[in-house]
Amino acid sequence: MCRLTINGKELHVADNSTILQAAASVGISIPTLCYLEGLTPMGACRVCLVEIEGAPTLSASCSTPVREGMVVQTNSKRVREARKTVVELLLSEHDGDCQLCERSDDCELRQLADELGIRSNRYEGAKPFSTVDNSSVALVRNNGKCIKCRRCVQVCSDIQHVGVLSAQYRGYHTTIGPAFTNTLDSVACVQCGQCAAVCPVGAIVETNHIEPVLAALDNPKTHVVVQTAPAIRAALGECFGLPPGTLVTGKMVSALRELGFDAVFDTDFTADLTIMEEGTELLTRLRNKFVLGQPGRLPQFTSCSPGWINYAEHYFPDTLDKISTCKSPQQMFGALAKTYYAQKAGIDPANMVVVSVMPCTAKKFEAARPEMRSSGFQDVDYVLTTRELGDLIKMGGIDFNALPEGTMDAPLGISTGAADIFANTGGVMEAALRTVHAVTTGRSLGTEDLHIAPLAGLEGIKTASVVLTGTVDAWSFLEGKEVKVAVAHGLGNAATLIDHIRSNPDEFQFVEIMTCPGGCIGGGGQPRFTTDEVRKARIAAIYKEDEGRELRQSHENPAVQALYKEFLGKPLGEKSHHLLHTDYAAKPRVNTP
Amino acid sequence: MAQVATTEQYSSAPPVHTLDLKDVIPVIDDIIERYRSTRGALIPVLQSAQNLLGHLPKDLLVHISNKLDIPYSEVAGVVTFYSFFTTTPRGVHTVRVCLGTACYVRGGKEVLEAISKELGIEVGQTTDDRQFSLEIGRCFGACGLAPVVMVDDTVHQRVKPSRIKNLLEPYRADQGEEAEHGDR
Ligand code: SF4
Ligand code: SF4
Ligand code: SF4
Ligand code: FES
Repeated sequence: MCRLTINGKELHVADNSTILQAAASVGISIPTLCYLEGLTPMGACRVCLVEIEGAPTLSASCSTPVREGMVVQTNSKRVREARKTVVELLLSEHDGDCQLCERSDDCELRQLADELGIRSNRYEGAKPFSTVDNSSVALVRNNGKCIKCRRCVQVCSDIQHVGVLSAQYRGYHTTIGPAFTNTLDSVACVQCGQCAAVCPVGAIVETNHIEPVLAALDNPKTHVVVQTAPAIRAALGECFGLPPGTLVTGKMVSALRELGFDAVFDTDFTADLTIMEEGTELLTRLRNKFVLGQPGRLPQFTSCSPGWINYAEHYFPDTLDKISTCKSPQQMFGALAKTYYAQKAGIDPANMVVVSVMPCTAKKFEAARPEMRSSGFQDVDYVLTTRELGDLIKMGGIDFNALPEGTMDAPLGISTGAADIFANTGGVMEAALRTVHAVTTGRSLGTEDLHIAPLAGLEGIKTASVVLTGTVDAWSFLEGKEVKVAVAHGLGNAATLIDHIRSNPDEFQFVEIMTCPGGCIGGGGQPRFTTDEVRKARIAAIYKEDEGRELRQSHENPAVQALYKEFLGKPLGEKSHHLLHTDYAAKPRVNTP
Repeated sequence: MAQVATTEQYSSAPPVHTLDLKDVIPVIDDIIERYRSTRGALIPVLQSAQNLLGHLPKDLLVHISNKLDIPYSEVAGVVTFYSFFTTTPRGVHTVRVCLGTACYVRGGKEVLEAISKELGIEVGQTTDDRQFSLEIGRCFGACGLAPVVMVDDTVHQRVKPSRIKNLLEPYRADQGEEAEHGDR
């Protein structure tokens, strides 16, 4: 332990703390623009400056470790003036217009300028040549607003191990972006949006789908269907001032009705369906291995996270044949909405618009993939992020917190608790094992609350195993077999796990990969700012939603059962193959112009 | 693609007085193998590549990025950070105009302007026919003879803006041979 004084308060903190962490522990907040929790401080922005007694210059508190007996001032005149200078200099080069900016209500630079009381600027800087790069399907980058804090660089390289953003050129000419002045589509960006989630300003944002959604809602001839991903209900409330982890499922449904959607459905429905298809696929691959002695295609990797699919296509082509061929729940939904539901409801799919609300920016990319048109139309037309739905609700003048609790429409709104947990790391695996266990043994998983404890939590890579005993006749070849599974979230962890699997190919049978840290609840389209504390709160809410349900295993979903009976036939059947499955292709890392 | 106004133009014509890219790749691969295990392999590899080719073609940067498993954006970040590296092919002849103090006060700047006008390129650029690259220098140690222009290894002294055309003439493509011996 280390004793120090901050603003006259004496405190004791762990020896390896930074001044920033020490101050936070006693409720003294120091502004930061480049610092990111859990990563090596870069010391790039200098707004976290503090005064240390005896030191000739001010120090960046994010990267300065505490020392025994240190006396620190975080709010002296000298500190305030230095911070003000730093922010004024940033503003002098900043080419933005707050009233017109996507980030006006949560921009850290705007807030900081306000907190520092900056009402005029002593510096008249030359504005950099401002460019808007909208070459990417999911993201728009605006270099004029970039303050070069490099958070995006750190997230893209250190968390996601993608590394398509880097500082280019030097000095005043420094820009943050892909190689040289290339556009984002020239490199293998996986579209995860983690850069947009951490950017303090409006320099990286999602591609706007609010306008076309409003147009569809305003058009009386279209039937507009909406699906909401499991992770939205645990985060949307944050857009309306509710604490992270507030479940707003019912209010969300009511808001969507008020906005004029003709049917309010749930991606949970196709999450349950995914378990049926993907679980059957896994059992088939296991049968091929154990009964027919065929090698390969194991471990089976999950396929619901589109950023991971992009990552595998560009960076790990040797895993492609092992990834489940199941489309993601979003795409299964789109394909079924424009076929099964359209037939049932007597609607011409040509007049139907399918909107999804996703915690994810990569879902915008996925919806636009040429493979995703098996209904004969683009299966999912528009994808709103959680943040965009929040904006849409505000535009509609809806008092969100006063809304009644609505319920989803049938049939595509009916789901089980197993679908809810698709939202968090370990959840898809747990949901799959619940059903795989029940199908092969005729009994539910015997665990407490149906959870698989080692798969919960924010550990980067998690493993678990389930031994199948008392199997029913059809699956007796699995009798006594241990099914070993692994889970990774954040693509850096995924890369580590895949490396391990390359040298231990027989260790695991099933592997869940989610692109974003924490899983979808930590997606690139979620309300800002997602810290580990926020992730934990959202995950707790999701488990609560699951535990509160009557049905908690996907195969029990009556609407999914009816779907098979009325329309699909059986899992992995002919129709499923056509509507619910896809394939993948290796792609280059750089598209040279 | 490309909604950005500043997307760099990259001419795909081969470099002139240097090796062909495909001949260089095996050599580069050898160098990569040698440095692979060391931290900071990228810079020495880039240096060797530029020494061989005179510049760093972007296709080669992509190749190096893949081989070293360092993201292309990061490779480009390093290349654009150090002014030593260039992705523009060099001309057959490098014209360096001294702007050291002595040359500057005795008309070096006017000489530079005249050369720039004559060749139609700015400092750091190469003519379209890949014949000349233009650079500035800081004192060649020939201050008594200022202003000084160096073309390749040859020093031209007391250069007058009005004489630039004549000075460059022997180096033009069709005069290749003579260019080897300038007036010393
Ligand atoms: S990025 Fe922030 S400061 Fe800049 S225009 Fe947008 S809201 Fe204003
Ligand atoms: S979307 Fe993801 S992969 Fe693409 S630049 Fe941002 S962080 Fe990197
Ligand atoms: S784009 Fe955003 S996160 Fe990246 S350096 Fe610029 S301001 Fe920082
Ligand atoms: S937050 Fe400390 S230097 Fe940026």
